[in-house]
Amino acid sequence: MHEGGFFFQAFVYLAAAVISVPIAKRFGLGSVLGYLIAGIIIGPFGLHLIGEEGQDVMHFAEFGVVMMLFLIGLELQPSLLWKMRAPILGLGGLQVLATTLIIFAISIFLGFQWQTSLVLGMILSLSSTAIVLQTLNEKGWMKTEGGQNSFSVLLFQDIAVIPMLAVFPLLAIEEFVSKSANAADHAEHSTLISSLPVWGQTLAVIIVIVLIVLAGRYLLSYVFRFIASTKLREIFTATALLLVIGIAILMTQIGLSPALGTFIAGVVLAGNEYRHELEGDIEPFKGLLLGLFFISVGASIDFQLIGSEPALIFSLVSVLILIKLLVLFALGKIFKMGIQNNLLFTFALAQGGEFGFVLFSFSLQNSVLSTEIANPLIAAVAVSMALTPLLILLNEKLLMSRFDKKSEERGSDEINEQNPVIIAGFGKFGSIVGRFLRANNVETTVLEVDPNKIEVLRKLGLKVFYGDASRPDLLHSAGAENAGLLIIAIDDETKILEMIESSKKHYPHLTILVKAINRRNAYDVIDLGVQHVYLEPLDSALNFGAEALKILGHRSYKAFRAVKKFRKHEVESVTNLANVRRDSGNYIKSARQMISDLENMMLEEFGKNEDDRDLGWDTESLREEFSKIKF
Amino acid sequence: MKKILILFAHPALEKSRVNRILIKELQKTERVTFHDLYESYPNFEIDVKYEQKLLLANDIVVFMHPMFWYSTPAILKEWQDLVLEHRWAYGREGDKLKGKYFVNFVSTGGKKDAYQSGGFNQHTIRQFLLPIEQTAKLCKMYFLPPFTISGTHSIEKAEVEKHKERIHKLIHYLQNDSLDIEETKELDTLNELFEKLVKE
Repeated sequence: MHEGGFFFQAFVYLAAAVISVPIAKRFGLGSVLGYLIAGIIIGPFGLHLIGEEGQDVMHFAEFGVVMMLFLIGLELQPSLLWKMRAPILGLGGLQVLATTLIIFAISIFLGFQWQTSLVLGMILSLSSTAIVLQTLNEKGWMKTEGGQNSFSVLLFQDIAVIPMLAVFPLLAIEEFVSKSANAADHAEHSTLISSLPVWGQTLAVIIVIVLIVLAGRYLLSYVFRFIASTKLREIFTATALLLVIGIAILMTQIGLSPALGTFIAGVVLAGNEYRHELEGDIEPFKGLLLGLFFISVGASIDFQLIGSEPALIFSLVSVLILIKLLVLFALGKIFKMGIQNNLLFTFALAQGGEFGFVLFSFSLQNSVLSTEIANPLIAAVAVSMALTPLLILLNEKLLMSRFDKKSEERGSDEINEQNPVIIAGFGKFGSIVGRFLRANNVETTVLEVDPNKIEVLRKLGLKVFYGDASRPDLLHSAGAENAGLLIIAIDDETKILEMIESSKKHYPHLTILVKAINRRNAYDVIDLGVQHVYLEPLDSALNFGAEALKILGHRSYKAFRAVKKFRKHEVESVTNLANVRRDSGNYIKSARQMISDLENMMLEEFGKNEDDRDLGWDTESLREEFSKIKF
Repeated sequence: MKKILILFAHPALEKSRVNRILIKELQKTERVTFHDLYESYPNFEIDVKYEQKLLLANDIVVFMHPMFWYSTPAILKEWQDLVLEHRWAYGREGDKLKGKYFVNFVSTGGKKDAYQSGGFNQHTIRQFLLPIEQTAKLCKMYFLPPFTISGTHSIEKAEVEKHKERIHKLIHYLQNDSLDIEETKELDTLNELFEKLVKE
């Protein structure tokens, strides 16, 4: 970094992302590869816009992974997580174990000491949570069996990092100690509780986790409700960030991985009514930080080393990927995954992980490895990570397409909401719609912005979430991909239009049913191409009017039919006027025309003009005719 | 004393010249439940349970309506379709209406002469009501020939008043069981009873 200054740095990173990610996307390479390439280009071996401080950036950006696990936790109900215990422990456990053993054996064979071999096995058994999940999410494969199993393995790996960190210092090798003496000075893995005996530490960890669970269950709802009721959007965002960062710090203090801690917090909050809003708030931060992370991975690839020993790096990368592929594919077979899911699973996880970097530097500090061994491997891991999006792409284009898709359609445990109807706005209007649909066995997902209302509705057992549904990310969280109908029943004219535009843009398959606030609002809604518009006050006002007629002595059936006719005319006139207004821009004149039409209609309706009304029941003409006929 | 349920159906009573007069005092008559279907159910949302309760509480069921296209106004058909449930009104276990009397009070635009073989309408009014007659029988009710108010297209007010009187008389007879049911069986209309009385 030469020019200095935070803004210049931010500019470089953002510009790199903004230029390369859309291009990569365009060529179907996915955003991860775009970020990685951007990193390589601006890195020390490209344009040299960023230098050594790329490492610091990477440490900072790793927080994106923490946020990602929080978000994943948010989408996982505890019951669902419990259902996944078999793949997490079985599949994940076996993957780590088998890969560690194979790499251990090879290293021994190559003449390394057993400690070094074991550490290498453990470090290289890990995969990249960030790259895999980001890529799978982007492809929409998270919910497939292969995606879910990949996630299970990654989750296990994140847990496995904790005992690894604990074991490494015990594996120190004498001859490395002097070399890394400097590093070892600040290598002690000190935490708040490290002075406690082992059982005390364990107890402290359990207590902290229980506290997180309890707070998430019983306390946070009140906090969120209080914050939300201030109606200050940015304070809610701040609260969400505070929560994630706070948990990350707490976890680090008790020696657990922050990613794991926030994941647990996410799972605890999965049933919370503010879940969608939390998702919406954290998501952009996560996205940017992850992007930053990928860029710094790209920038950290040591091309000098690769250039000086291309054969070594190439063989390291190939062997690493090959071992992982074989282990993963075999496990997929053992766990009876379909061929397509197995391929997805296998190719997704065949790389080294970002935790590998952490563990490499940790083992250097603890004299388990020497830099001569570690550096080529760090480069190999980075390259394997960079290759992952390509491998997944290759698998998708060449292998997966060969197998019939239909044989794979298995309804696995879905994470998102699955209701066919989303109701935005659960006020006096939306709530009736929701209750009505529920009474007719149509399940709905409700989005509402009034915290007080949510509290009451949740007590009644309704699925109500906090959030402003004009945001596409919230629509996504509410399961817009799987829903068929979006009912917009909010009271804000502008928001209604925003919501329609956003839904039409991101989820064109959704049918939209809109409650328009007034005629002008209805015209705007019609202009956006919405077929189903409902003018809010129309029916209640007409029923009210019918009641008035009845009180005045009109027959109720007559009043009923009058309402029908009036309504028909009103609806037609709204549609016509919207068209006229759009075509000519001549709004005022035609409005006047419509009002006079309406007046004529009213006159006809109420007796000034009898001749088009229910002639079937009118006997005047018959009487006239009969009076002339003699039977 | 028997109790009478009058199911009245006229979709546009505000245009009516005859029925409006005929029904005037029915609401106030003792032991008569006058039930205006179009007024009660403007959107045809018939309360089946309530209708069945009314039927159970009465001994005589009257369909009172103008003749529309040789049949009843639409809501009376809807009423039959919904209220006369299987296992309630008919079928092996359906005997809730068993033994009740059924009769139509029906007004027709055409005169009585028009409703006969060779006349303008070719058939008698009772013949046109055949589906209702069989419906009543299927529900194990006694079907009485209709009381008719004919020629309403050219009717004089005095005549309407006379019909009104006769309706009240008929109601009185029915309530007091003073009609010889066997005697009415073969009649085309109950009006013939009154004509006989007049002659006697």
